[in-house]
Amino acid sequence: MRVLVEYFDVFVGGFWLTLQLCVLSATGALLIGTFVAILRISPVPPLRWLGGAYVTVLRNVPLTVVMFFSAFGLPALGSNADFLRIPGLSTVFSRLGIDLPYFRFAIIALSVYTGAFVCEAIRSGINAVPPGQAEAARAIGLTFTQNLRYVVLPQAWKAAIVPLGSVIIAMIKNSALAGFFGVVGDLSNSAQNLTSALGEPIIPVFVGISIGFLIMTVPLGLLLDRVEARRAVAR
Amino acid sequence: MRISRMAAVAASAALAVSMAACGDSGGDGSGSENPDVATPSFEAGTTMAELSEAGTMTVGTKFDQPGFGKQGLDGEPAGFDVEIAKLIAAELGIAADDIEYVEARSAVREELLEQDRVDIVVATYTINDARKERIDFAGPYYVAGQHIMVRADDDSITGPESFEAGDKKVCSAQGSTPAENIKEYLADDGEQLVLFDIYEKCVDALRGGQVDAVTTDNVILLGFIADNEGEFKLAGEQFTDEPYGIGVKKGDDAFRDFINDTLEKIYEDGSYAAAWESTAGEFDDNTPTGPAVDRY
Amino acid sequence: MSQQQSVLYDAPGPRARRVTLIVSVLSAVAAVIAGYFLVYRPLAEREQFTMEKWGPLIDPGNEVFGQVWTLLGEGVTATLTAAGLAIVLSLLFGTALAVLRIQLKALLRRRFTGLATSFALALRALSWLLNLVTRFCVEVFRGLPVVITIFFVARGLPDLGLEIVLPFGHEMLPYLVLGLTIYNGVVIAEILRSGMEGLPSGQRESAAAIGLTSFQTTRMILLPQAFRIMLPALISQLIVVLKDTSLGFIIGYQETLLVGRTIIQNLRNPIQVYLVIGVLFIAVNYALSKLAESVQRRLAQGRRTSTAAQPPTPPPASTLAGQQTGAGTGGSATSGTATSDTA
Repeated sequence: MRVLVEYFDVFVGGFWLTLQLCVLSATGALLIGTFVAILRISPVPPLRWLGGAYVTVLRNVPLTVVMFFSAFGLPALGSNADFLRIPGLSTVFSRLGIDLPYFRFAIIALSVYTGAFVCEAIRSGINAVPPGQAEAARAIGLTFTQNLRYVVLPQAWKAAIVPLGSVIIAMIKNSALAGFFGVVGDLSNSAQNLTSALGEPIIPVFVGISIGFLIMTVPLGLLLDRVEARRAVAR
Repeated sequence: MRISRMAAVAASAALAVSMAACGDSGGDGSGSENPDVATPSFEAGTTMAELSEAGTMTVGTKFDQPGFGKQGLDGEPAGFDVEIAKLIAAELGIAADDIEYVEARSAVREELLEQDRVDIVVATYTINDARKERIDFAGPYYVAGQHIMVRADDDSITGPESFEAGDKKVCSAQGSTPAENIKEYLADDGEQLVLFDIYEKCVDALRGGQVDAVTTDNVILLGFIADNEGEFKLAGEQFTDEPYGIGVKKGDDAFRDFINDTLEKIYEDGSYAAAWESTAGEFDDNTPTGPAVDRY
Repeated sequence: MSQQQSVLYDAPGPRARRVTLIVSVLSAVAAVIAGYFLVYRPLAEREQFTMEKWGPLIDPGNEVFGQVWTLLGEGVTATLTAAGLAIVLSLLFGTALAVLRIQLKALLRRRFTGLATSFALALRALSWLLNLVTRFCVEVFRGLPVVITIFFVARGLPDLGLEIVLPFGHEMLPYLVLGLTIYNGVVIAEILRSGMEGLPSGQRESAAAIGLTSFQTTRMILLPQAFRIMLPALISQLIVVLKDTSLGFIIGYQETLLVGRTIIQNLRNPIQVYLVIGVLFIAVNYALSKLAESVQRRLAQGRRTSTAAQPPTPPPASTLAGQQTGAGTGGSATSGTATSDTA
């Protein structure tokens, strides 16, 4: 286990970078997902169709292809994702503000991909709200937006929290792919470098990398179990 | 009973898949020996005798490096390394068509030899002592060096020291030694280094301006420069020495001597130069003279 | 969905219809304009629409068209082979693991009173340990990304001397299938296990009353029902497996994406190739999910006459945590049953 001690800073750095990636992508995914969910339940047919197409495409395409389009399609469109270089955030999330766009591309790819699943989770939450609620809201004269804002969404949110949690956990695991698309120094990239270029033995590296990922996914999973159990009792 | 039905379906599906796949994989392999290639004789029990009798050999080579080993649209690799392998095979009496190629990605070259998955590895394989502990090298048959490629109109980079300022960005291949070597010159890995699985993506990034340089062995870079007329150029001097060797299983001294003899022979009779000119020579005019082989 | 939609707002009157029409037209026009300026023009400027880039992919007259599509065909075959093997094996492995965990949990309840005290204590400690070990393994492999599992299986097993060779396919196929099987098997095991535990306990009690052993109960009563109930989640796992085979490119398995890489290296048209590959994936996955839905509908129809049993409580969401798509369909399926419970 000498490897774990010798390269401890690499593992910690990788964990920290992956954590940053996950936090930013989760935020992005929640924003995009909510927006697309609203598109899908809106009364305007083209918007519904747009939302539906978005979700169908992204649920059937591997994340690898989405990452590829983000890392190579965006530059081909002339974009360096500079709009993500938000001044305040760049101090905390150091990779956000640098010239190299690949961290930002990875965030975009993960957010766009996970956003489709967030949309489905939110829609399942909305469907879980008893229809009587929306009918009553209409009966007292609330418009569509008021209905959503005051009656349906608050209840849908509670029902959607558990599927949302599992989507976020899946996203944390998918973030490992960013290391293969130009992001240097995250957990999976470090794994490759340590075992391939530096030739370190596999098992200690595997243990180190696994601990990094498990620290993020297992507590969330246990928390989710607890929330689900509490909701089942409450119901 | 649902379970046994599912199990039966699963088993028959697996069987069907394996039978279908078995059908078309059996075709290639030990083809008939080309009557034009002389069948030399070797001491019984040596690797050479085995391979010569089998009439086929498995070669590990790169599939993604232009000029040395790059897989074409027909699925077969082509390049200088492939030509060297063919010349060695000819000495064993094996025709070029009877060689099987396996992709020898940088990380697994030693494993391929240790586990007998290939007979030799000719894959831009740098000789170093750490690797000599696991396998043996014949050769070297070419000396390359790490170099830097930049856009043709960019004069700001003159060598690896140019990265120490921290504002220039460089791209290389994941898990490769050039990537590790250049890290020593970088002020901050996270801000300056980009790693992809193939060089083509690095070249795209260089062209688009996301990075300022691509670093790897000079011959690979020359391949890209030739493919993209006028867009790129080399900067500075090569700053490492990478002698390429042919990997064989550890302890197989007889085979190693045989390969070294073959190398010296092809240096003399011009087939080495011809191999270079038909592959990497298309973009690098300096036909190398074969470096002295190291019989250790 | 449409039920909810009509609930959220009134049936549109003439004014609402007009507004909807105007907004529809406006948004469609806005989308087209955005598409043109943000996507079409930059690409056209960089000559991404020339036949030089697109020819090999869509023009049969192009000289390399045949080679390109042969390669793509081989890649797709490799993907489907890996996916097929992985699905079958992970179903088997997952079922076995689920049964194992149920049995181990049942073992935990036993007191071994008929044996000597120390021996009984040892057996109880052993069963507790086995439970812990399986729980640990399951949590670890569910919490790790599939990429990491595949990568380390392919790099680590040969290092340890365990080499798996199949008589067909690429030499990396066994490792890819093994990695996928481990991950998906564990996820499927959790799905099935929570399905079985969610069944009304009366079933288990009556099975015990008529003298069935724990294993027989699991095999004949719990497992079949769990399968039927968890079918949506299981089917979405199929699509996950198919998408995850694309991770084979990391270990050099010549599947669709890696074949795409070869084409790109020779023809230098990355965007076009990946677009075609994306369309291929969408087509295959969409067909698979439609097939799955029709299978599910047929099975649901078949059951409508039979049971009066309550639908079981939905599985804990953490079992769905392992799935990329599972959160979508799995989530809506469980909420669907929840709604019908309370309505």
